[in-house]
Formats: sequence, structure tokens, C-alpha cells
Amino acid sequence: MSSPLYTESVASLRRKLAAKEITAVDVADQLLARIEQADGKLNAYNFKPDAAKVRAAAQAADLSKPLGGVPIAIKDVINVQGDPCTCSSKILQGYTAPYDATVIKKLREAGAVLVGRTNMDEFAMGSSTENSSWGVTRNPWDTDRIPGGSSGGSAAVVGGHEAFAALGSDTGGSIRQPAALCGCVGLKPTYGRVSRYGLVAFASSLDQIGPFTKTVEDAALLMEVISGHDPKDNTSVNRPVPKYTDALKQDLRGMKLGVPKEYFISGIDPEVEAATKAAIEHFAKQGAEIVDISLPHTEYACAVYYIIAPAEASANLARFEGVRYGNRVKNPKDILDLYRSTREQGFGPEVKRRIILGTYVLSSGYYDAYYNRAQKVRQLIKRDFEQAFTKCDAILTPTSPTAAFKVGEKTSDPLQMYLADIFTIAVNLAGVCGISIPCGFTKSKLPIGLQIIGAQWGEENVLRAAHGYEQTTEWHKELPGI
Amino acid sequence: MAEYEAVIGLEVHVQLKTNTKMFCSCKNEFGGAPNSHVCPVCLGMPGVLPTPNEEAIIKTILTGEMLECQIAPRCKFDRKNYFYPDMPKNYQISQYDEPLCANGAVTLNLLAFPKDVQNDPKVNFDKKIRLERIHLEEDVAKSFHYDGASGIDFNRAGTPLMEIVSKADIATPEEAFAYLTALKQILIYGGVSDADMEKGQMRCDVNVSIRPKGQKEYGTKVEIKNLNSISAVRKSLHYEILRQTADVEAGVPIIQQTRRWDDGRGETFMMRTKEKAHDYRYFPDPDLLPLNTEEGLHQTAKSRLPELPAAKKSRLVADYAVTEYQASVLASEVALANYFEKAAANAKNKSAVANFLLNDYFATGGDIENIPVNPEFFSELSNLVEEGKINTKQAKEVFPKMVAENKAPSVLVKELGLSQITDTAALEALCDQAIAANPRSVADFKAGKTNAVNALKGQVMKLSKGQANPQVVGDILLKKLSA
Amino acid sequence: MASPDIDVRYVADLARLNLSDAEAATFQKQLSDILGYVAQLEKVDVSSVAAFSGPVVNNLRPDVLGESLPVEVALSNAPQQENNLIVVPKMIE
Repeated sequence: MSSPLYTESVASLRRKLAAKEITAVDVADQLLARIEQADGKLNAYNFKPDAAKVRAAAQAADLSKPLGGVPIAIKDVINVQGDPCTCSSKILQGYTAPYDATVIKKLREAGAVLVGRTNMDEFAMGSSTENSSWGVTRNPWDTDRIPGGSSGGSAAVVGGHEAFAALGSDTGGSIRQPAALCGCVGLKPTYGRVSRYGLVAFASSLDQIGPFTKTVEDAALLMEVISGHDPKDNTSVNRPVPKYTDALKQDLRGMKLGVPKEYFISGIDPEVEAATKAAIEHFAKQGAEIVDISLPHTEYACAVYYIIAPAEASANLARFEGVRYGNRVKNPKDILDLYRSTREQGFGPEVKRRIILGTYVLSSGYYDAYYNRAQKVRQLIKRDFEQAFTKCDAILTPTSPTAAFKVGEKTSDPLQMYLADIFTIAVNLAGVCGISIPCGFTKSKLPIGLQIIGAQWGEENVLRAAHGYEQTTEWHKELPGI
Repeated sequence: MAEYEAVIGLEVHVQLKTNTKMFCSCKNEFGGAPNSHVCPVCLGMPGVLPTPNEEAIIKTILTGEMLECQIAPRCKFDRKNYFYPDMPKNYQISQYDEPLCANGAVTLNLLAFPKDVQNDPKVNFDKKIRLERIHLEEDVAKSFHYDGASGIDFNRAGTPLMEIVSKADIATPEEAFAYLTALKQILIYGGVSDADMEKGQMRCDVNVSIRPKGQKEYGTKVEIKNLNSISAVRKSLHYEILRQTADVEAGVPIIQQTRRWDDGRGETFMMRTKEKAHDYRYFPDPDLLPLNTEEGLHQTAKSRLPELPAAKKSRLVADYAVTEYQASVLASEVALANYFEKAAANAKNKSAVANFLLNDYFATGGDIENIPVNPEFFSELSNLVEEGKINTKQAKEVFPKMVAENKAPSVLVKELGLSQITDTAALEALCDQAIAANPRSVADFKAGKTNAVNALKGQVMKLSKGQANPQVVGDILLKKLSA
Repeated sequence: MASPDIDVRYVADLARLNLSDAEAATFQKQLSDILGYVAQLEKVDVSSVAAFSGPVVNNLRPDVLGESLPVEVALSNAPQQENNLIVVPKMIE
């Protein structure tokens, strides 16, 4: 028996659509049916696709375009004109986006069919998608467990085959970590590669939008569509977009891959460590050269991140106060009460915690000790990567220290939750790129992810390494029980 | 009784004249239906990003150049965090530790001072008021207050705003007046802003304290707000200095506070005392990359440097042979100087054109922005006088019609039948007539009272009904009397 | 940085957040832990390091008029409006 259509990759869907074996409407219908069947268990969509709209869009899709007729799910943090964009927060209830994010424009121009808005940790703050006003999203491989976060919904819909691909955002690992935990591919592009215009900002100097896909080839396809300079994003860089799919034509022979000793430390789950080491050996067998490297300031990455990200967030989230849009508290006493009560009722505890932390580290008398010092250590972390990439083309590390944990397991201890991002955070701080791909399973059949880090603008190396590994392994072909 | 002196510093906000807002491409325009010049960016919608307006940065650097500032090689923006409904993001994009322009000065001049002190020998009219800094930021929205509610119009939100901070070099209300007048003059010269305080294009907060003369330490400073004109700044300072002096004399300590100027009542009123210091939590705006001003921006600004008032004044004296005073008045307004240069272009006597413009034209109550007269007519009129075709008195008859009808003076001279008698034979006859009728004057002249010729001249002018050329008449009379 | 002496109530007020007593107590503990953790940055010698900053790039917008939103769209999300103005409780100066 052939596997159902909804398990196909984007590339194979495109081939079948081009060969007229299927129609875009068939694709839409099968996916809609799959969502009906699976999302009750996963709760991955905040807004499930509107069947009539999706069918109409599929009907109208221009199949000659790079993503013609391909349904793509969007994390509920990216503005789509005329749609809600809640960031899984109560404070944005009732908000309708008056404009399209640049990536949405690009997806539309590429012929994609937008399907639904995926769940996330509120304002992208979290590593488990438990901090959501829409309830927890479940891991498609074990619904007692979290899907990772903050883009847990996007990871779950792709890993659980409720979408062919999805967009997420990654500030400290929010694409790569849930991709690892849900057994799919997740790419965090180089800072400045993809326009942030229309992405509700968490930490502006760290945020990037990136794809969740079932295969590395699909990630390359999506990157070709969403990358590029945008005059509306001052931090987006004016640099030509390579044909990323061309990078996949080369195998692993001759690639220099670095392994940083600092990433194999205590606290890492033995099964994760074993799978990562096995993957490294596999690369060597396929003809890549493995080199030892050092990223000595990695140990400070988490501390730096939990100063800089909340600081930026404290300002970015100041606009949510119920004056111009979103939820406003009923009958405020005065303007101060409007602010304080709207924000008290609208934000969940994790968001409040980070706003307070960020406000504190910027406040008078503390700026130099926290924010300024953190930005200096960040510079050292960036330098570590620059030096490392003089010795190798890409770096191999675990994506997450553990596989998916149980719902509720870490909610009472935020610091422990923060450490779940220990391997991914430095990539954002340095502004480089990274991908997570499946590299094995735990004994209890939970996916394990391998992170491949590239230099600034090193997406081609990352994709080449990831594709070379994927094409010589079988992990990505496994299907979850859901 | 001790003598007190005031220490005054001004913070001036200036709206830049650009087509679009500071960080989005909405129209930068005063007025407009409420919330008609807004977009997701200037409304602070979720997910939007700022894009800096090149022109606003160039105009700020140009201002710095005009005011002798040092221009920063790097332009960096910071976020200033505070909650207020007129500020959509609840942080203002501003510049904290790296203002675009540092130091610099505004040099005062006689005409910048209020008229009633322009003859006061105690005033130092050429004083330099040093600047602390000039930085660029975004303006906030406009609010309207009703009973229990406020309404907000975001048209002004995000428009480019320059903050010019002076050092506490200003010692009198008159110097504050002159500072603002001179500053406004320069801003208009550079085309940077229209700087009209009544329209809110230039807004001024004043800091003032007093101290016994000779004391080094500053007194406690008081901030004055709601100043809607340059003369309100002067008046409020007079009031405030007297008030503070009276308090100090009476042993009442001055507390740090913000006071509101009530222009109608001519008094300041306490708004609030400085409770706790603001904690603005400034940090570099991660949405905006630092800019290099040395790559083009500074150069472009320099290439736009206009001739400034002082230089213009010197040139007018040198090139047009106008008086120092005329030159100062002409240079005080760029539009006036420009008009004058066109008006005097073809004139033989350019100082005469200056007189027509500065005395006769302004006596009609007209202003320079709306002057309806073809500037060439000024040259023509003064040349008619210069060439003896009409006399000064006739010119004064032509002038109001020239202004009212924008008609060429030569045409008006014909219409009014004013052509001057220069026919020597006719004038000689009139002179003979006058000499015959005034033997007394003739005798006086012959006795050595050469002034007596003027009386005879007056007679000839009368006989000619004012149409005789007085110069020619004078020559004929002298010839005849000396014969 | 040594003493994580965060005054949660004061900081929450700066951030315009009401906190219940229970929340304030929980946050006090959790944030003190986090600040204790980030204090490890004191160990790093940063004496000769410049703070991280984005690259210096003149990405500037030419001063050319673009489209604004129609008023009804601009105000469509406003919780309260009147006469095309967004309405809030009276602002204090």
C-alpha cells in the first residue's frame, strides 16, 4: 500500500502536480481531511484552514510557480492581511492584520496556498508550546509530550503530516529545537537573509523566519522563495539569493565538518549523545573530514541570551496595551489602569516574567552590568564562530540536549526550561545559520535532531551537509503513530 | 539686597520639512483629516519595522553644519522607553549617547533682539550661545482632550523631529528671544523647517534658574512649558525670573518643578514637581543598523549649505552698496534678501531699491511672501528717478499703484501724466519767472546765503506743478544767479 | 551584577504590569534564580571587547511618498474610537 498523499514532500508533490497525476484541489482536500483527523489530538493549529478558502486558493493556484498549489502553514506570529494574528496571546484577541508580512507576499507570489495558523509559545517565548492561550500542542510521536517550542505548532503539523511545510520563527532555537523533537527539518537562516517585516518581534536582533519541512530539499525550495533583501526591513541584507537546490547536487566528499568539544558536556541525554556521535561517524564514512574545533564562549550563550532577548522583548511588547488594537480591559479607571490591567490580563506568566527581566536589565544603574556586558560577551561568541569557520565548512552538534519531555515536566522551573535551548542559542547570538535534521530515535521512539551550523551566508554548506546525510540515512522516512 | 542673575537653557524641537515621515513613507503634513496619514508602521502595529528617511538625516546634518557643530561619523538610533498613548510603540526612536551633531553655536545679531532693546547699550548683540547637541527623533501623535477622555490623531506620529539643546549660556529673556529668532532664521535659510512656533513646527521648553550674581553654583531649575511664540518665551522668562527672585528674597526655597505658561494671564502655573527621575531604559534600536554619515550623507548636506545671514549681509554691502543697516534687515529673511537681489539686479542705484522695498513697500502693510510686484519694476522705478525722468516725489506717487496693480512704472508715469520737465528752455523760463518774483531771495543769495537757492527752487517746482527736474532747475538757477 | 536585588514590583510598574501578590512572590524567586545564573558573565574578561552591534550599512529610504491606510482600515482594530480618533481615558500631562 502506498503511503497517503499527505505524507509527501513538497518536491514530490510538485512533481506529481506537474505530471498532472494529482490536482491542487486533491492535495488541499486530502490535507483538510488529514487535519480533521489529526488536529484534535495535536492541537497544533490555532486557526485551522478554512476549507472553502483553501479549495478556492488551490483551484486558482498557478502551478508553474515554484510553490504552485502547495499548502503551507504559518506560525501565528506572522501577519497575513485580513487574518487574525494572535501570537497565542490573549492580548491580541480580536486583532486582524491590516497588511501582509513580506514572507507572505513572497509565498503568495510563489503560488503557495496558505493553510491555517499554527500554535506557539506566547510571543515565541518558550521551548514547549505550553505557554499558549490556545492550550498545549502535543508531539505527534507521543501526545503525552511537548512538541518543543516556540514554533511547536509548525513542527507538529509538519512532523505529524498536517502540513507539507510550515513557516516558523527562531530567536534562540524556536525552529530547530521543535523540528528536532518532532522529527522534521527546521532551518534558521542567517540573520538578515529573510525579511522580518510582518513577523511580530520577540527579540529583534535575534529573530529570523525559517521553514519547517519534511526533507532538506524542501527546505532549500522554501528558502529560495522567502529569502532576499526587503527595503522594509532595515536589517535585511542586500545580497543575491543563491539557487539553494543547486547546493544539494554535491555529496559530502571533501566537506570539512567541525565538532566543538564544548557541545558534548554533562546534562546531555546519553541517547541524544550517542545518536549525534553516530551521525558524526556517518558523515566521516561518507567522505567528510571531521575536524575538532572549539567554541569556548558557548557556555555563556544562555546567560547572554536571557539578558538580550528579554531586554529587546520588553520594548517590543510595550505596544501591546489595548490602545490601538487587541484586547482592552473593560472600564479602566484611567489610562494607567488601562495599561496595567490590560497587560496583566492579556499576557501569560512567561511573557510577564521576561518583560520584567528585560525591563530590569535595562533599568537605570543596571544597563552596563547586564545589557552592555552581555553584548560584549555576545561579540566574543560571534568571534568564536568566525574563527571556527576558518577551519571548517559547517559544524555538527546535537540540536537539543534531550528528546521531547512530558507536558508539565518543566513548567514550574523556568531556568531548567531555558537550558533546553543551550545548543541552539549561540547560533542566533552570532547571527549565523543552522538546521536541524532527524538523526535517530530514542528507545521509546522519540525523534532526535542533529544540528548543522553554517557561517554567515553559509546556508548552501548547511543544506549540502544535511542533504548528504539525509540521502544516506532512513530516519526521515519514519512516520509517527498519529 | 543681593543682585540676581538668571541662567537659561532652551530645548527646541523642530519639525523637519520632508515629504514623508521619519520611519515610514506616510505623508509628513500639518493638518489633514484625523488618522488619514497613517500606516501599520506609524501606528505601531504588530510586526512592523522602521525604515529611516534619508532626507531627514541629511537635513539634520545640514542644520549641524549651519550651526557649526561636529557631525558624528556614525548615526545610531536608540529606543527611549516610556508609556504614553500618543506614542504608538510606547518607545520613541531617538538618539541617546551618539547625537548626530554635537557642540556648535547660534550667534545672535542686533535685529534678532526685540525692537525695544535694539538701542540698549548694555546688550551684547553679537553673543554666541553654545549648543550642547542636536539629535533626530520621531514626533508623537496629537491628542485632543474632552471630559474624561482623550482622542488621538496619529498623523503627526512618526514625523521627523530635531531636538536642539543649548548650553545654559542665555542670561536674559531678550537673549532667549534673540536666540530663537536667529535659530529660526537659520532653519528657514537652510530649508530645513518653516520653524513657525504658532503651528508647532518649532516648540520650545525653557529651563531657568536664578542665583546671586557671582555665585558659581546653579540655582534650582524650573522648566516652563506651553510656550507658543517667541514673545511668549520672553514674557514667561520675565515673569518667572521675578517670581523666583521674590521667592528667594522671601526665603522661600525654589523646588524643582515644571510650570505651565498661561499667555492670556501672563503668568506661569505649577504643573508638577519632579517626583522621581524618569527611567527611560535607553538601548540601541536593534531594528535599525548604524549608518555611516561619511559615505555621502555628510557630503550631500555640505553641498546644500546655503549662504548664511552674516555672510549674506556682508555680500549685500559689498555688491549692492546698501547700508549696513539695510543689509542686516534684508539678510534677516532669506525671502526678502532673494527678492531684493532680483529687484536690484538692473538698478543703477541699488540702495534706492533697498529703500523702496524696506520703507515704502513695508509701509503699505505688505509682507515679502505675498509681494505681488514683479521685482524688475523696482529697478525700473529707481532708474526713472536716477535718469531724471521723474523726481522722488513723483516716484512716491507711482509706488503705491505699482504695488497695487503690479504695473510697470514707465506705464504708470504715462497714465498719471507724470513725465518730468527736463526741457531746458521751458525750465529757464520758469526760473526767470521765479527770480523776477522773489527779489529778496536773489538778494540773500548774492549776499552769500547760498541756501537761498532752495527757496527759488521750491518756487520753480511749484510753478511746474512738481514736474520739473529739481537737479536741472538747481543748475539753471545757480548759473543765472552767478551770472 | 553580584547581588540579584531585583525589586519586582518597581520593575513591573516601569513595564506597566499589575501583578498579584502571588505572582510577585513567584517572580521574585524565579527572577532571582535567573539573575544568579546570568551572573556567571562576570567571569568573562570583556575589558578589550566592543559591544556587539549590527554592521554599519546605509540602508536608507528615499523621501518618496508611499501609500497610507484608509482611515477605516487604520482604525478597524481600535477598541474605542470616535470622530476618526482613537479614544482612551483622559491622558494626564
